Amino acid sequence: MSTTRERILQRIQTALHDGAPTGRLVAEQPTTEPVLRDYRQRDEAPRADIIDRFIERVTEYKAIVRRVEEDQLAAAIAEALAARGVERLVISADLPEAWLPASITLLRDAGDLSYETLGSSHGVLTGCALGIAQTGTLVLDHGALQGRRAISLVPDYHLCIVHAAQIVGLLPEAMPQLEAAVRAGRPITFISGPSATSDIELNRVEGVHGPRTLEVLVVI
Amino acid sequence: MSDHKKKPTPTSVLIELEPKFEQNAPAALANTQLRRNMGKATQTIRAKRANVVSELSDWEELREAGRAIKAFTLEHLDEQLIQLEAAVQKAGGHVHWAQDAAEANRIITGLVQAHEAREVIKIKSLTTDEIKLNAALADAGITAVETDLAELIIQLAGEHSSHILVPAIHKNRAEIREIFMRTLGVRELSDQPKELAAVARTHLRRKFLSTKVAISGANFAVAETGTVCIVESEGNGRMCLTLPQVLISVMGIEKLIPTFRDFEVFLQLLPRSSTGERMNPYTSLWTGVTPGDGPQEFHLVLLDNGRTDVLADQIGRQTLNCIRCSACLNICPVYERTGGHAYGSVYPGPIGAILTPQLVGVEHAGSLPYASSLCGACYEVCPVKINIPEVLIHLRGEVVRQKQDEGGIRAALDPENVAFKTLAKVFSSRTAYERAQSLGKVGQWPLQHEGYIKSLPGLLGGWTATRDMPTIPEQTFREWWEERTKA
Repeated sequence: MSTTRERILQRIQTALHDGAPTGRLVAEQPTTEPVLRDYRQRDEAPRADIIDRFIERVTEYKAIVRRVEEDQLAAAIAEALAARGVERLVISADLPEAWLPASITLLRDAGDLSYETLGSSHGVLTGCALGIAQTGTLVLDHGALQGRRAISLVPDYHLCIVHAAQIVGLLPEAMPQLEAAVRAGRPITFISGPSATSDIELNRVEGVHGPRTLEVLVVI
Repeated sequence: MSDHKKKPTPTSVLIELEPKFEQNAPAALANTQLRRNMGKATQTIRAKRANVVSELSDWEELREAGRAIKAFTLEHLDEQLIQLEAAVQKAGGHVHWAQDAAEANRIITGLVQAHEAREVIKIKSLTTDEIKLNAALADAGITAVETDLAELIIQLAGEHSSHILVPAIHKNRAEIREIFMRTLGVRELSDQPKELAAVARTHLRRKFLSTKVAISGANFAVAETGTVCIVESEGNGRMCLTLPQVLISVMGIEKLIPTFRDFEVFLQLLPRSSTGERMNPYTSLWTGVTPGDGPQEFHLVLLDNGRTDVLADQIGRQTLNCIRCSACLNICPVYERTGGHAYGSVYPGPIGAILTPQLVGVEHAGSLPYASSLCGACYEVCPVKINIPEVLIHLRGEVVRQKQDEGGIRAALDPENVAFKTLAKVFSSRTAYERAQSLGKVGQWPLQHEGYIKSLPGLLGGWTATRDMPTIPEQTFREWWEERTKA
């Protein structure tokens, strides 16, 4: 007796090559045309314009976005956390302590924090893999400075740092940079603004299950 | 009855057995609240989509690439599935194959029972609606909790979905407020969307943090790497994909894309076509199991359930390109007016009108290919270029042929059959055609009014029930031509 797997594969082969088991039309031999990829592969605009566009589009999703100089990063983080009233902050195990104000209780995750601990924190600080200007998207590949997926999901406030050099123009520029992480078995998360829904009368409303506030520091 | 071979009665896909769109539509059209809600929602989403699509100068190139990638996938579906299976297994996942809804439900129920779970959390999934998974789980004493906001509204209201992306599209904010107050025991609640969303957040939080098993569909799966993708907005998807110990994902065998790079096409096409956004809030990609991150047990269930029949039809096959964006529903003048329930299928709207009859057989859903004016708007907006009008016409042919095949007295007396047989005779001879014209000119006299016939008698009345018919003119073209050459 054949397995379901074999039966399905057999039905596919019959459908593609030997005519129709149930339909009337007999399929011809497959004639695969090449996939033309003549859509835009790269944004040729000046770097400054691409970074401006990234900031503009992330802002449109109702995220808070600020531009900071490299040497002011720690001050900007302290300011953001203070404005939000964050006292207990989740970070990944590899995030440099020098970025963070001494007054804050750090919940450093080495994959061991419980969901309850994450849920009762006041927020999370992470880096990211890259940013996409065209769509205003942050991409996490859960590598350096990002930690496992749960830490940037359960807390209600996500502060994310992206360096200007990490920002690309178009989605086709981003995908090749993510492939290594995928081949290493890591998950990928695309984040475009705070969590939202369009389920009520098809209008976007911010703030459902994921972090309800997303703040982004763009390091120039 | 003839001995025409019937497929077994479909227990999946259809919400009503043998839906009759033409019988369901008038009630939907008479529901003014429904028409207001549908009109408002579809107009909003159409404007948003048009706006973000016009922003991309290379939209047509992206559509063409999307179509070509899907065509390639389907032409190599067997190899692609074998490749996917190997990649998922290599990454620590398990792969199951299910020929029909019953087999898929058996596999999933068994997996949930093996973990002794009495409750599972679910990400909105059309494929699980198609196989009626929630009912199958309930039969086994397992509660399936829907976590998508619209899906939750529907579940609490005890209704069926009416839109593939926004199942509660037929409900306005006041109606949603009423459902939440009635079913969740919320005492004070306004109809502000923000407050309504907050209710869902509170209601589901504990379940996300404590439930052991999650079930999802899949938007895409990459044959090359075994990577599976879920596109969502609320974060309920991320919760289900990240926090439980076990993840079970069900996907139709056509949801494949060959390479990781292909995401660069579909992640541009899908959000702009579905919610009219440059990008949806969250997209998750995962490959098998990642040690220390997310569920440590992953099962992928590959579902046929009629798809190989669709694949076998050279014209119908393009239906399997569908990425379930719902742009064709939102643009369709028929769907906008009737809403989704009139289709009686898990898949309503233009895509449902071609997918449903192919999955279950035209003999069970023969009215759906007629639920269209063939205006072609659906084809224009389809991000993977499914020529829906072409498939509709092809299926109408199938419906007629299937009726004729039934044979016997029923087919011989079918008024449509008789009418078209007569027409074919008249149209095939010049003298018969001209004689019919002269007869018509005389016969139409009592029926006409200012150049139009508003109502034909008897069985012919069906034609004029929804349209006026122009009268045969005093002088036909042929008569005019003859006169002109004589002069």
